[in-house]
Formats: sequence, C-alpha cells, structure tokens
Amino acid sequence: MARTSPVTDWSVDFDVLDHDYVADPFDIWDDLRHRCPIAHSDRRGSTWLPTRYEDVTAIAHDVEHFSSLEVAVIPFDGEEPEEPILPYGLPPISADPPLHTWTRRLLLPWFSHTRVAGYEAMTRELCSSLIDGFAARGRADAAADYAQQIPVRVIAAILGVSDSHADMFTGWVRDVLEFADDPERRAGGVQGLINYFLEEIEHRRDRPGDDLLSMLLHSEVDGAPVEQSLVLGTAALVLIAGVDTTWSAIGSSLWHLATHPDDRKRLVAEPDLMPFAVEELLRAYSPVTMARVVTHDVEFAHCPMKAGDKILMNFPAANRDPEVFEDADKVVLDRAVNRHVAFGSGIHRCAGSNLARMELRVALEQWLRRVPEFHLDEGQEVTWAGGQVRGPRLLPVVFP
Amino acid sequence: MRITVDPLKCQGHARCFALVPELFVVDDYGMSSVKGDGTVAPALEDRALLAIANCPEFAIEEIAGEDPPG
Repeated sequence: MARTSPVTDWSVDFDVLDHDYVADPFDIWDDLRHRCPIAHSDRRGSTWLPTRYEDVTAIAHDVEHFSSLEVAVIPFDGEEPEEPILPYGLPPISADPPLHTWTRRLLLPWFSHTRVAGYEAMTRELCSSLIDGFAARGRADAAADYAQQIPVRVIAAILGVSDSHADMFTGWVRDVLEFADDPERRAGGVQGLINYFLEEIEHRRDRPGDDLLSMLLHSEVDGAPVEQSLVLGTAALVLIAGVDTTWSAIGSSLWHLATHPDDRKRLVAEPDLMPFAVEELLRAYSPVTMARVVTHDVEFAHCPMKAGDKILMNFPAANRDPEVFEDADKVVLDRAVNRHVAFGSGIHRCAGSNLARMELRVALEQWLRRVPEFHLDEGQEVTWAGGQVRGPRLLPVVFP
Repeated sequence: MRITVDPLKCQGHARCFALVPELFVVDDYGMSSVKGDGTVAPALEDRALLAIANCPEFAIEEIAGEDPPG
C-alpha cells in the first residue's frame, strides 16, 4: 500500500488501496454517488467503480457484457506462466456459464441450510474456547485472537483438512487477497495452496472421505471425472473465499459494537434482534468487492466501457446507497427493509452465504454472552485491510 | 394474500426462508419456492411482507387481486 501516490480526484483517479480509503471509504462513496456515480481510474489498468445500488446490481446481472473470468480487484502484474496450473482459475467464481453452472452445482449442497446447521455446534465450541484463551486477561485483539481464528477452522472441517494448519492457510489467503499488490507474495500464496491441495488430493484418490475435497475429486459430470485443475481451483476457492471474508465481517461487526455502546447494549439486552443485526452489520460493513471484465465495448450509464476494462463490483457502496436504504449511513439494528447485496447479486451470489451468516451470528452471540461490555483499547491502533476484502486486522479491545 | 417466488429471479440468498420458514422451502441448491399454493394465513401476512422486503433479487411477489372479501 505504500507504493501508491495520493489521490486528488476520486472520480477520475481512484485508488482502492489508498490508506485513507481502506480505513474509511464511506464519505468518498457518498461524494462519488452525487457527482460521478461510476468513477474511473487508470492506476491498475482501465477500471470502473460504480457506487449506486442500481448500477452494481445491473452489472452483476448482465453476464454477457460483464464476465467473471477476471475477478481479482488487484490485477496480477507478475509474469503469467505459459501453462498455468489453474487454467480455469477458481471456478465457479472465476467462470461464466456453462462452466460456472455445473461447478457451482457441485458446491452448493455443501453449503445448504441443513449442512451448515450441522457445523453450528462446532463453531460455538470453537468461539467459546477462543474466548477462554483471553477472558481472564481483560483485553484481547478481537480481530487477530478471535475473528481471524474462526472461519478458517470451520472451512478446514468442511474441506476435510487438518485445522492444525490454520495459521498456514490464513497466511496463504492473506498473501493472495490482502497483499495482492505484491506479485511475489501473491504468487507464493497461490503456490502454497496448490502444493498443499495437490498432496491432499493424492491422499484421497484411493481413500475418499466424507469431505468436500473427496467429493470434488470423485464426482462425475456427464460421465467423466472432474479435471484435476478444476478440483484444485475449486478447493482453493473454498479456502480463499471462506476465510478472510467472514473473518472481516466478524471483525467489522465487533469494531462497530466496540465503538457504538448503545448498539452493543441493545443487542445484549435484546438477543432476539440478532438475526436482523447480522444482516444490518453485513449491509453496513460489507467486506467483499469482486471484479468483472468488460467482454465487448459497451456504453453503460453514459460510461464508454471498452473490452478488457475492469469493473469493481462495489457491493459495499451499493449497500450504503441512500436511494435504496433509509438512513443508509446509520446502523439500524432492527432494520426491517434490507435488500442488501453483501453476498453479491445474480448468478454469482456467494455460495457460502449460509455458512458466513451462521458463523457471524454464532461469533457475535458467543462474544456478547461472555464479553457483554468492551471498548477499543485507546492506547492501541486499529488497522484495516482493503482492496478485495475490507475488515480490521488489528482490533485491540479491553473489557472489565 | 397469496405470494409466489419467481424461479428465474431467485438466486438462493434464502432470506425468505430464514425470515418465514412457515411459508417457504429451500432446496439443496438454495432455490426457494412457496409452500403449497402460496396462500398466506392472515397471522403471517406481516412476515410475508417482510420476506418480500428483504429479497435482494426482488423475486417474491404478492399475487394481486386475490384479497379475500371483506
């Protein structure tokens, strides 16, 4: 993030890795929505940044003009190998129909309501044991000691890999997403994931288990086994998409409660509000921005988009659009009308949304049960990561 | 009151099922549909409207002109 020069006009030269934008993008979106609702920048190739709900959701639904073949917010600027190990990227997120359709159908049942309910008890136990680790200290890093530790272990259980490697997984995922502007680090993260899953795939060839990775490996589609590069890409996707997204949502929600004592007290006093609060916190602090690539020249909302241009699917800004949400910049824990698109919109709706919602709800319930009173540790700094996924990375809090 | 889910618009967010499981069913792929013929008991009408107001795909609709007499 240090490599970037300051932005003077966000409408023509935005930078999603700008330090101030990462920490607090909300005023910038409000300003853009008024005077230039689809901003443009050439900083990392020609890229558009819509900020209105209407535009973001329209682009998400137009899969003919806006392809998912490039979903990375920060383009990879290292050397592309001639024969990539993942020629299809990470399907289904990086695929268009028809590849998208059947790879997604393989995944979805693993994240159904019923399946996800089966992971709730382990998630609750995990949260509880994490809190045991710091409860007596009167202080904790709510991001690093708590939020960051939860989704990676649940995803490991679903994939069927050992959660003793949780820190290693988290490191790779951060290299790929959070440090994407460092080509070496990013490539290293991808390689780490690939090598790991190649070995795990070998273990499951003759001895499949009851896990997502075994299912992918032994599935047949139209009478043929699934290509190894697709198994690899999909497994890597589940880990990459299932870890720092939800960890960021948990972290942002705890940041909100640490800095808004009235909301914190209300949620403690009225636990029945939790399902609505979860949706509202997802709306207000949506962690994920995906990208699309323009397939052929098109004029969209008066913007001359060229084939190859990138669009940043600014779901977080769409969810703050005052045209759609009353008091858009205010967290209203019991908001009744909430068509937020934190999990996207259209055919790429987050496949793990049921899981993410359960994890966020359980993480907040357990935290508030054990740590009902807490606030920021004033002497310590809160740090934020941004780009593809926004959320706090250090969140020091104290509690009586 | 009677409601319906447009299967071409539904993308499996499952907000309706989470809010009013009495009225909706969701399959293994997350796709939602109404239970029975979509008739909403008077006691559930407020929550049916809540489901409509929380569907990010605008996939749930009230079928017009079917209000019971009175």
